[in-house]
Amino acid sequence: MNPQIPVSESASERRTDYRIILDMLPPQCRVLDLGCGTGGLLTLLRDKKQARGYGIELSSQHIIECVGKGLSVFHGDIDEGLRDFEDQSFDYVIVNQTLSATHRPELVLDEVLRVGRIGIVSFANFAYWRLRFRLLFSGRMPVTESMPYEWFDTPNIHLFSIRDFRIFCRRHEARVIRSCYFNNLEGGKVSEGGTLANWSAAYALFALQKAY
Amino acid sequence: MSDQKQSNNPPKQFDDDSVGFVESRRVQLFNREEPLELECGATLNEVTVEYETYGALNQNRDNGVLVCHALSGDAHAAGWLSAEDKKPGWWDNMIGPGKALDTEKYFVICSNILGGCKGTTGPSSINPETEKPYGMDFPVITIHDMVVCQEKLIQQLGIEKLLAVVGGSMGGMQTLEWAVSFPHRVRAVIPVATTYRTSPQSIAFDEVGRQAIFNDPNWNGGDYYGQQPPERGLAIARMVGHITYLSDQSMHEKFGRNLRLREEYGYDFGQEFQVESYLHHQGTSFTKRFDANTYLYITKAMDYFDLTIGFPSLKESMRRADCKFLLIAFSSDWLFPPYQMKKMANALRYNGIDVTYVEIESDYGHDAFLLEAEKMTRMLSAFLGYLYSEPDGGNHQATI
Repeated sequence: MNPQIPVSESASERRTDYRIILDMLPPQCRVLDLGCGTGGLLTLLRDKKQARGYGIELSSQHIIECVGKGLSVFHGDIDEGLRDFEDQSFDYVIVNQTLSATHRPELVLDEVLRVGRIGIVSFANFAYWRLRFRLLFSGRMPVTESMPYEWFDTPNIHLFSIRDFRIFCRRHEARVIRSCYFNNLEGGKVSEGGTLANWSAAYALFALQKAY
Repeated sequence: MSDQKQSNNPPKQFDDDSVGFVESRRVQLFNREEPLELECGATLNEVTVEYETYGALNQNRDNGVLVCHALSGDAHAAGWLSAEDKKPGWWDNMIGPGKALDTEKYFVICSNILGGCKGTTGPSSINPETEKPYGMDFPVITIHDMVVCQEKLIQQLGIEKLLAVVGGSMGGMQTLEWAVSFPHRVRAVIPVATTYRTSPQSIAFDEVGRQAIFNDPNWNGGDYYGQQPPERGLAIARMVGHITYLSDQSMHEKFGRNLRLREEYGYDFGQEFQVESYLHHQGTSFTKRFDANTYLYITKAMDYFDLTIGFPSLKESMRRADCKFLLIAFSSDWLFPPYQMKKMANALRYNGIDVTYVEIESDYGHDAFLLEAEKMTRMLSAFLGYLYSEPDGGNHQATI
């Protein structure tokens, strides 16, 4: 499930986060997508990069859609960790727009870096200026394109900013090997680096490695 | 190849998604020149198999789907054998036009297993050496032996490679055996509510059932054909079996503590709880259609089933497979619990094999594989639909 944003299937090729991941991954790599939803990203990676992908998904309804696309999916809850998965058994483990919906983000990040050689985490930045302004001026929980839910029905139970995430990575000995920022989930520009990202970016995507 | 021809019976009103009238066929697959060599070392000089088919084999002969039945099943998986039938085949809710195993697209085959009592050679068949029923002279068979027979049948039907093999419970064991014994003859297997290795708990229940039969005086060392069969023993075995097919929850919902025919306790040992009369009914009706010796042989075959035998680990064993897998477990199934299916799924994934594991939420216990038709239909339709549309890549192992 990609709880932050409901996205139609046809849009998947235009998805900014998908495009960044597609460019980043070498052909024929082994990919594990945590919370793979209806399998849009995995399908794209299989068709364009001949990736050997597996997904983990909680919703059996979504699994049916994945199965209909010929994908391999495990029914499971990523909050329980990846105990059946061997260390470093995947080239990439992806947590796309899902970390904020997990109950145990610390466990999830540790597991991502244990099972994958490289972890990819993308999320909506809660310190994005539009969100700050909404909160400042309306005094209410912000509801925007990147945070489209009301506080009472949001699946996102752990909201965080880009700066929070960098500190989180340091605490978990995760080295950031690449960071990308963007403001639109579909189309629009992608920038790398930039000191003002925590203010100016609606979304971020980090590639991480275990720091030894 | 279609079996959907009209029988001589008067026409009957069928639903649009029914395969209608069907007929069972028999074919001799092994003979003295080419006997069936069994895993136990014995050979069978004559093996006849009963089977049914639904839908039509296409030009490329690549739309064959084999259905493997469970302990009490038979070749009659769908449709009606005659207008007098009270019930259609045992998996009629899954096989037919537009159903999960869509007979407009797929050529569906189901055969009675080796050791069975519904047309395929088993302990109640005539032993050609003695011209009497085998009884306990029938050699002990395994799931592998059953699958060898099925493979021979598939050859005879002119199918080089099956699109899929699907089955639940003991039928699921057969699907797994197909994947490792004939990896190049099948593109996908769909094991449902099953296991790669029968657990000590399942063996324990099987043994209680067998002991009930052995201890029925009518059993007579297995030599009861033409006489009074060991119905009481077989009925008790079936009662035990039925307990394992249900769940705590489903028993609460189905029977509760309700009494039958009585308002108050009778303070005697008559059948007064509804659950008691249910089990008695299941036990008694089973004896009308099933052979006690077949029950012994089939449960033994299940007990022997262990895909890890001869391999250092399950992971090593599953390396033999080279097809896609869709594993379906049910949350309340305690006979073949989901964790066993999950372990198998992980062993397959470890080998880079395409595998999907799904645990369907259900209160029905093991019986869910026959009852959760709607959820199963959506899963199977999606899986087979993609598989059939995709050219056969042949290799479902990772190229890493």
